[in-house]
Amino acid sequence: MGFLDLEAVDKYYGKLHAIKGIDLSIQQGEFIVFVGPSGCGKSTLLRMIAGLERINGGTLTLDGNDITHAAPAKRDLAMVFQTYALYPHMTVAENMSFSLRLAKVDKAIIDEKVKTAADKLDLTQYLDRTPKALSGGQRQRVAIGRAIVRQPKVFLFDEPLSNLDAALRGQTRVEIARLHRELGATTIYVTHDQIEAMTLADRVVVLRDGIIEQVGTPLELYDHPANRFVAQFIGMPQMNLIPTSHVPAAPQGSVELGVRTEHMAICAMGDARIKGSVEMVESLGNETLIHVRPEFAGEHDLPLIIRQYERTDLQMGDEAGVRWDDQHVHFFDADGKTLTNTVQGVAA
Amino acid sequence: MFGSYEWNKKLVIRTVASWALALLVFFPILFMLVTSFKTELQAIAVPSLWVFEPTLENYTEVQDRSDYLHFAWNSIITSVLSTILGLLIAVPAAYSFAFAPTKRSKDIMMWMLSTKMMPAVGALIPIYVICQKLGLLDSVFALTIIFTMINLPIMVWMLYSNFKDIPREILEAARMDGATLWDEFRQVLLPLSMGGIASTGLLCLVLSWNEAFWVLNLTSANAGTLASLVASYSSPEGLFWAKLSAVSVLAIGPIVVFGWFSQKQLVQGLTFGAVK
Repeated sequence: MGFLDLEAVDKYYGKLHAIKGIDLSIQQGEFIVFVGPSGCGKSTLLRMIAGLERINGGTLTLDGNDITHAAPAKRDLAMVFQTYALYPHMTVAENMSFSLRLAKVDKAIIDEKVKTAADKLDLTQYLDRTPKALSGGQRQRVAIGRAIVRQPKVFLFDEPLSNLDAALRGQTRVEIARLHRELGATTIYVTHDQIEAMTLADRVVVLRDGIIEQVGTPLELYDHPANRFVAQFIGMPQMNLIPTSHVPAAPQGSVELGVRTEHMAICAMGDARIKGSVEMVESLGNETLIHVRPEFAGEHDLPLIIRQYERTDLQMGDEAGVRWDDQHVHFFDADGKTLTNTVQGVAA
Repeated sequence: MFGSYEWNKKLVIRTVASWALALLVFFPILFMLVTSFKTELQAIAVPSLWVFEPTLENYTEVQDRSDYLHFAWNSIITSVLSTILGLLIAVPAAYSFAFAPTKRSKDIMMWMLSTKMMPAVGALIPIYVICQKLGLLDSVFALTIIFTMINLPIMVWMLYSNFKDIPREILEAARMDGATLWDEFRQVLLPLSMGGIASTGLLCLVLSWNEAFWVLNLTSANAGTLASLVASYSSPEGLFWAKLSAVSVLAIGPIVVFGWFSQKQLVQGLTFGAVK
């Protein structure tokens, strides 16, 4: 049994079965990230844990207590919202101390806690301002500060960085990672951004259509995806898929071969496993993405993407040969399940 | 130079037109105010007299003859109480419609509003009979309840659109912070919607003060408000223009002054959500 346990948790919106019997066990101090495409139920699941959405079936236990139907206030969780959700009529200090004031904590202790949190988040000089007078990044830090002063059992983050610009997102991500290291608090973090998932998580939970597709460490998901969905969802650009009818010696029952972009290479025509023509070259400076349309591919099939760290002379329309490393391939069956997986020489 | 001259000309025309229109709209009230300071004889003079020696005798006579303060007191009591009572009901109703809607919330709100489209006279007989059976004819209590009821749909709708502008996450954040429903209301919702609640209250106050139909039909001397006082001067002794004007000025005076000071709030209240 874990610190926070979800057992067969269900959510219905009328007839729509939004969350379909999810089981998940989270250990104390873990950083868990929920990822998945829009509408997969990741935010709903987080809000169910928070108590902001009713749980229609199953149980939720935290630290041995059944909190399935407890009010949000009684769960001892803190949440950071995507829109920050700061109280506009209160100063930063009042925002951060609101929960403690409600709990009638001694004023001296409140001041101390707010000060400590403000120091940690570099907010000390803004304590008397209202949220209106802060930048987006500062507001997000206040929202985080409001969560940490309470010292809750679990922190919940609902896409906290999606309203920030790219540079600030990177900084705040690092800050969240640092805070988690310092506080060691159990954290559940919802995002659709893979980089956040890969860099922050101890374990990533991949959701689709209200079910868990796979749970694992970021590298487990990357190297050993349980199915085609996870294989394609994790990793940017997406994993290349080739119908096994064009692959000699494919295992029995497999319909598709998956190879990550960095495990494919451009080669001489004589060594090529697949021949095609270059459709596009994306030179990003540190890496080059070469889009190759195989001879057998239809007009609507996606091209193969080859990632290399050297620059290339290839031009659009050039003939190109493609090969891949058999040490890093995934075979999927007709249902999309992974059949064999040879990454790092280990069959999954 | 020429451009600025053109612009000035436009401005002058616009200003004069606005003043003319405002004066036209205001003229009846001005006429009433002037008439209230005339004697009855001067009041019926044709053409109207604009230069005369003003007298206050109409005002003193109104107070002597029909106890203006008694009616004014009824007006104050009924409008203030119905506003408070209305807010007590409308705020929780609007809260639930705005933050915890069900599939039928919109329908219920439309139904509430639809009651305002029915002519009041359509409900007169049942309400009259109910008041009669309960011994509530000519009572301040019944009037307060009726004012509350007729204003509720508008109050709920105004508060609803005001609450709708408050992000739901802020209330959820308060809940996560440990706020009870009461804390959430008092410490978060109330400060954030104070403007909206105030304008709703003001509007309700004005509407109650001005209500005449129910007052005339359900009250007489005891619970009558200023509306019934005004009406009592148009009959049965025939029309006494000067006294009628004086009593009308006295009836609208307080609410005009009140409206003048709160016009910003009132306009804001009526245009919530209209301009973002």
